Amino acid sequence: MAGVAVSTTINGDAVEYLCQPDETLLDVLRDRLGLTGAKEGCGTGDCGACSVIVDGRLVCSCLVLGAEAEGRKVETIEGMAHGDQLHPLQQKFLEHAALQCGICTPGFLIAAKDLLEKNPSPTEEEIRFGLAGNLCRCTGYDKIVRAVQDAANVMKGA
Amino acid sequence: MRYIRPLSIEDAVGELAKAVGPAAILAGGSDLLVRMKGGFIEPELIVDIKAIGGLADITETADGFRIGAAVPCAVLGENKALKQAWPGVVEAANLIGSKQVQGRCTITGNLCNASPAADSVPALVAAGAKAVVAGPSGKRTIAVEAVPTGPGRTSLAKGEIIEAILLDKRPDHAGDAYLRFIPRTEMDIAVVSAGVNLTLDDKGAIKTARVALGAAAPTVLLVEEAGQVLIGSKLDEATLQRLAKICSGACRPIDDKRGTIEFRRKVAGVLAQRAATTAYKRAGGK
Repeated sequence: MAGVAVSTTINGDAVEYLCQPDETLLDVLRDRLGLTGAKEGCGTGDCGACSVIVDGRLVCSCLVLGAEAEGRKVETIEGMAHGDQLHPLQQKFLEHAALQCGICTPGFLIAAKDLLEKNPSPTEEEIRFGLAGNLCRCTGYDKIVRAVQDAANVMKGA
Repeated sequence: MRYIRPLSIEDAVGELAKAVGPAAILAGGSDLLVRMKGGFIEPELIVDIKAIGGLADITETADGFRIGAAVPCAVLGENKALKQAWPGVVEAANLIGSKQVQGRCTITGNLCNASPAADSVPALVAAGAKAVVAGPSGKRTIAVEAVPTGPGRTSLAKGEIIEAILLDKRPDHAGDAYLRFIPRTEMDIAVVSAGVNLTLDDKGAIKTARVALGAAAPTVLLVEEAGQVLIGSKLDEATLQRLAKICSGACRPIDDKRGTIEFRRKVAGVLAQRAATTAYKRAGGK
């Protein structure tokens, strides 16, 4: 198979890569670009562990082809902190112990960031529905919801 | 395998028409990529239609709405005019998958995937939506219910692409609704579902009605008799009971792990009643 040459923007940086036509954006991020924050859980768009934002839309990177990123703006978990300064969501996930094994965490953080950007004051129900595309098999979700609520309060005050 | 991103519908149709091996159309990819990973389809050509002019837009025209084939369902939910005119279609489209899937999936893809349990399709069939099909011999406009012919099968010929879904402009006193049964609260596939679309006369009596059922037969069902029984009524209890009976009788469901035949028949009637009640209220009926 002939490779596809792609020019895209990832976390604000111009990036170029060659990928196979059937290669997912998730595989490109992890295996070609060394951005291993996005995880492969199910590979079929059910678990949300591979969540990234493409042109302002939350998507599962396992259901996007690497070739489709041409000319787009991709945001991944690696772009969430500013240097040593954690994003309020990252800080609150730590404070609330909203993770155990951590596999689902990058996806939850990206999905929660997208949620709060579109709805800065979500109700608990809105948070639970908004994060329904992210599965966690350890925490039981309560700590995650509390962390998102707390982060929303901090971000509104900022 | 080849991946191409044509800029015109003519180029896309041309590439699909001359493709020798299996070819696939890519819009949101939320069905296609899963099928590729599962080994159910191994396309030699993938035609990404998202760069084709107009396919990523919702346009309000004198006749109604034109929803491009590459418009993600999340965008339908953000379009106030569409949501106001066709709340049932939009609520059905927004029930598909998670926020992540909403950012990608399209109603045209939902239609062409041809699952009997597709959420947006009963709402589109009830709405009388049309599909604009572009193909090697030009364009034609067909009723959406003419697209799926069985689970995973469509009436589209080689080289044909649905470029847009059309919804009529709404008259006064019109409303639609879609309901599905799932054992969870979100992120699930309909066990059975119903879409209802009504228009009322000035006195609040039902003037026109269309009722469609999902996951109740090999394709989404337009139950014409169910629409007929509503006409002239103000949705009194006796009419609702007749509606449920007709819908339950029209079902040809399967028994599977998600629901039995008996359960699907019963719930199809209940959901049709409830969707009709919501559509009636939305149309301004009391």
